Amino acid sequence: MFSRAPRIAGLAVACFFATGLLAQSPRYGVGRTPTDQEIRALGATVAPDGTGLPEGSGTAVEGRALFALRCAKCHGEKGAGDVGPPLVGGRGSLATPKPLKTVGSFWPYATALWNYVNRAMPFNEPGSLTDSQVYAAVAYILHLNEIVRENEVLNARTLPKIRMPNRDGFVADPRPDIKRN
Amino acid sequence: MKKANRRQALKFGAALGGGFLARAEEARTLGKPLSGYGERSQFVKSARATRQTRTPEAGSSSTPLAETYGIITPSALHYERHHGGVPAIDPALHRLTIHGLVERPLVLTMDDIRRLPSVSRIHFLECGGNSGSEWGAKTGPDVQRSYGLASCSEWTGVPLRLVLDEVGLKGNASWLIAEGADACRMQRSMPIVRALDDALLAYGQNGEPLRPEQGFPLRLLTPGWEGNAQVKWLWRLHVTDQPYMTRDETSKYSDLMPDGKARIFTLPQEAKSVVTFPSGGQTLPGPGLYELTGLAWTGRGRIERVEVTFDGGRSWQDAQLDEPRFRLAFTRFRLPWRWDGKPATIASRATDETGYVQPTREELIAARGTNSGYHFNGIKLWKISAEGMVTNADV
Repeated sequence: MFSRAPRIAGLAVACFFATGLLAQSPRYGVGRTPTDQEIRALGATVAPDGTGLPEGSGTAVEGRALFALRCAKCHGEKGAGDVGPPLVGGRGSLATPKPLKTVGSFWPYATALWNYVNRAMPFNEPGSLTDSQVYAAVAYILHLNEIVRENEVLNARTLPKIRMPNRDGFVADPRPDIKRN
Repeated sequence: MKKANRRQALKFGAALGGGFLARAEEARTLGKPLSGYGERSQFVKSARATRQTRTPEAGSSSTPLAETYGIITPSALHYERHHGGVPAIDPALHRLTIHGLVERPLVLTMDDIRRLPSVSRIHFLECGGNSGSEWGAKTGPDVQRSYGLASCSEWTGVPLRLVLDEVGLKGNASWLIAEGADACRMQRSMPIVRALDDALLAYGQNGEPLRPEQGFPLRLLTPGWEGNAQVKWLWRLHVTDQPYMTRDETSKYSDLMPDGKARIFTLPQEAKSVVTFPSGGQTLPGPGLYELTGLAWTGRGRIERVEVTFDGGRSWQDAQLDEPRFRLAFTRFRLPWRWDGKPATIASRATDETGYVQPTREELIAARGTNSGYHFNGIKLWKISAEGMVTNADV
């Protein structure tokens, strides 16, 4: 009887400290602190300046074979598009009656291409490419668009330095934009 | 029963006030027994419209707006827009992780989230690409296929502000990158000011948990903004000091102008309305009195006024607005109308609380050209023939 009380008290204290360390929400006391590993496990998320890009690297030469195997079915062997949208071409078309929006003609950031391929491609098996394979696929797509050279190594340091042709092609929302009498 | 006896019985029944007379010769069949989860009548066939594609996991289905009443869209008819299919997420295993420029990164279970103070609000949701058909010379033939990527539900959830207070934003926190747990890990950036305003972490839809197509078990709701920004299957909020310029906020959902520049973060859906009856594909059985009706909405507050024309826009008259009118929600409008059997061109025009008036298609094209693709909110004309056939008007 008497010996049990301290044990229970001890357990209560242990629980208090355990939850005290883990429960982070100050007002409602919900949730717990994620470990760095848990956050990393959610996958990379990449800023335009390259923040968040992982280690690994790839070139267009490496990307060519990968693209043929994993991407060409939907995007065509040279990225001209099929079931999936075209990835190549359209430079200079944006201000014409028939604009062609592709990675080369429209996308403002190479880092965003890495971020998207990494999270969403290939369409039917997203998440299946290694970080280096994503660099290689991105390198090949950019090479098809004559933005990087065939043997240029893309990695967390070089990718953010690429200046996409349509980098300055985006403007802020000016609406309401309809002038009425 | 012999004939004589029956006659007597009938007489007797008549004497009692007809009770016997009303009895049918054949016994009636019992209806269906009680059930756990109700189904609609077998005679009701309204359905979302989809297009056949080779990638049915990435596409959209539209709400049959002309077949709904009031302002609430039945959850089963809520429009869909998915980019990597609808995931089947066990809510017991689902987690929302909030990290980045915060004092206290946090992982929340659904139980944690449901424990927090909640609100329920009626809001429309509209795809940024809704009415994309209307930019072209050949406009949509009916309401569903031209204006049906819009729906309205009662949403229940936790104010995002409350959760951001719990994690503590750092001084340089200015953007929030929301990410879904769907196969494509849909990702959109939102300014933190909006997150601190009226954004919700929503888990309820029309009185029950979210439908999987609308983000079960948890979605972001930024009422009035384009649907794509309101990330479904929400599992991560990454607080940053910059937008991430993701694929879906730069190369998609941006409005390409005639000069080749594209507008980005065109997030609020501007005031819009459409007549749902009479509308394309319907037929009026003949001249006479009808109730014209339709829906109006705006991403900038409340709908203040809806006008209706029967002569192609030469003259307008005010429609009645159903009350209460919620902000950032569908508003139902009605107007009794006697059709004289002559050809007519009808349309509606909404005005919101900012004074903004829904533009014509021509006004939109004059301002943006025909290649902007998204965010069409123009007036929709319907043509009624002398035979009562309703079609999309030629433009």
